[in-house]
Amino acid sequence: MSLKEWLGMQTRGGVHAPHLKHTAECETIVMPPPERVIIAMSQHIGAPCIPTVKVGDTVLVGQVVGDSDKPVSAPIHSGVSGKVTAISELLLPSGKKTATVVIESDGEQRIHQSVKPPVVESYDDLVKAVRQSGLVGLGGAGFPTHIKLQPKDLDGVDTVIINTAECEPYITSDYRECIEYPQDIISGAETVMKFLNAARVIIAVERNKPAAISELSKIAAEVTRPDGEFLVKSLPSRYPQGAEKVLIKACTGRIVPPGKLPADVGCLVMNVNSIAFLARYLKTGMPLVDKRLTVDGSAIAHPKNVRAIIGTPIRDVIEFIGGTKSKISKLLMGGPMMGLALMDDELPVLKQNNAIIAMAEDDVKTIEPSACIRCGRCVRACPMNLVPPSIEAAFITDDAALLEKLGVMTCMECGCCSFACPASRRIVQTMRLSKGAVHKAKA
Amino acid sequence: MENPLVITSSPHLHCGMSTKGIMLDVLIALSPAAVVSVLLFGWRAAAVIIVSVASCVTCEYLSRIVLKKPQSVADLSAVVTGVLLAFNLPSSIPLWQVAIGGVVAIVVVKQMFGGLGFNFVNPALVGRIVLMSSFPKEMDNWVMPLLGSGVDAKTGASPLYTLSQGGEIQYNLKDLFFGIRPGSLGETCVLALLLGGTYLVIRHVISPTIPLIYIGTVFILTWLVGGDPLVGILSGGLMLGAIFMATDYTTSPINTAGKVVFAVGCGLLTVLIREYSSLPEGVSFSIVIMNILVPLIERATRPLPFGEKRRLKHE
Repeated sequence: MSLKEWLGMQTRGGVHAPHLKHTAECETIVMPPPERVIIAMSQHIGAPCIPTVKVGDTVLVGQVVGDSDKPVSAPIHSGVSGKVTAISELLLPSGKKTATVVIESDGEQRIHQSVKPPVVESYDDLVKAVRQSGLVGLGGAGFPTHIKLQPKDLDGVDTVIINTAECEPYITSDYRECIEYPQDIISGAETVMKFLNAARVIIAVERNKPAAISELSKIAAEVTRPDGEFLVKSLPSRYPQGAEKVLIKACTGRIVPPGKLPADVGCLVMNVNSIAFLARYLKTGMPLVDKRLTVDGSAIAHPKNVRAIIGTPIRDVIEFIGGTKSKISKLLMGGPMMGLALMDDELPVLKQNNAIIAMAEDDVKTIEPSACIRCGRCVRACPMNLVPPSIEAAFITDDAALLEKLGVMTCMECGCCSFACPASRRIVQTMRLSKGAVHKAKA
Repeated sequence: MENPLVITSSPHLHCGMSTKGIMLDVLIALSPAAVVSVLLFGWRAAAVIIVSVASCVTCEYLSRIVLKKPQSVADLSAVVTGVLLAFNLPSSIPLWQVAIGGVVAIVVVKQMFGGLGFNFVNPALVGRIVLMSSFPKEMDNWVMPLLGSGVDAKTGASPLYTLSQGGEIQYNLKDLFFGIRPGSLGETCVLALLLGGTYLVIRHVISPTIPLIYIGTVFILTWLVGGDPLVGILSGGLMLGAIFMATDYTTSPINTAGKVVFAVGCGLLTVLIREYSSLPEGVSFSIVIMNILVPLIERATRPLPFGEKRRLKHE
């Protein structure tokens, strides 16, 4: 911490959230196909897919079961071979309803004929292959990767940032990728760098993962590219270091203006698991059908990293790694800072899902919010420079114009404000409602 | 469902801090000065503190009942106000007047405006100002400390009063630092106040911005108007005001730039009042005046959201 920051003269936002990386040294175990998978048709930002199979159809591993003709979307594949038993509906943790394809597994895992390495010789081939792979941002947001690879100003992109910050407590699935498949990360990054003509690749890792840093640096040093740089950058461990805009600023010093995208400042940010998957897909042609998950939390008996097929019910995943040691009081999809609380454990694993956190009752304290004492902790914690108490006041008076002026749309709901609030105020919730109020006023 | 799962908005972790914990830290930080006040001014100082705290806590409790609002005594904020009010009073003040100060601070200034977090001026300071204008004689009856210095008079003028009358002060800097001088019971011992302030900074309860800039401004301005800057910062209520009153969360700006403006304003007003008004001391008035300006300061210094550029007026 610099003198200026310590004196409170300068703030950089963020909080020191506990790391809780219990599973860092847990090698990924592979979960066998479950009896039944429930494949949601909306596992990405953008248009949901429409099932391309009917009840009674036989499907194979890697076969497309849902697709969309809308540009912002990504096809969805089956991770098991078996029979489609139902096309039904599911309430996602986000509150949206989606169609699902339910497949009864035959346990044989026969692979579909379409699974073969794609031929990629040009940028257009790459975009096409990425779309076919079903890849979406695996860091949690689930933005279709082929769209990300097609920014408005492609030539303006000079920097590819591989997001390995993994700043959320508990989660170690990105870290395990670095330890288990460092070659894939580097090879994926090289591919993207080559086809996008980027001048440099920055692999951004938080300082609390020294093994990942040394592993990646070793391999990156062997990469010789006369036309570009290949850096492994170690960043302070401070939540939310991995938030896109925060990460771009930390890596390049560039600032993404409100409402703009990383490509507008010449950056392309990809999650480390996404980039490694891309490398493997180009080698094997196996689309995105499984996912590494960190399963942890105070209710879990034996926290682990597990590779599960997308669509596996969360309950089955928890049972496979040894079940719970106490009753689950709160079940999260994602990390504890930004993850969504689930209404039941029947929900299936989704593409962008990187952790399941099951909290025991002792961990789930709902403290009643008390009056704001204007201590300013939320202001100092906000990585987006917002003043939450002013936003709360504008929200109470329903002043959408003022809310917008105060920058509420810049809020990424990282949770630092609520985390730091001594009065336990539900600040993030107010932010979400405020954004809704701004949208409503504009509609 | 059999075992319903808890559904709440993210985040699902909390730092564990509470309003009560912060207030407790402030009380710990105030304790050295409280102990010193009893050493300096005897049991009467303890009595003033106890009556002030009792009055504030009772008023808080009764106000919440009358206003039909959830009880808030447990957050300890009324205790803090009580101690701070006592620190601003001479040890010789009649105890019933202390109790009235507590009523003004809690009922009028704090609860009538909505309770903790909603008062726009510092409750303890307004309590002191009301007592000063209601009971000028009792509020100006300064007792000599029991400890130290060979002065055997029972009462005496405070150093700033002596200075404002054009007199020479008989206290050296060492006495001022250790608090061997007449004054409000919590304001005299600079050492104890600095200890408390350091504790608050280390515990991240306050940022040092306001105290440092406030005291620094007084130092420079006192020197510019021809006074002794060290005497200027070591006497009067400056240390108490700068460390414990001007840093009050509710009545100071929430953002750093605002804090700087606020602290400079406090320093400027303090020196102006000390030098050019009929009052010997200006810390309480300057903080209260700046308290009132906080919403304006905050509006003028609001930080821009990440990535936004300051827009020109005509755009």
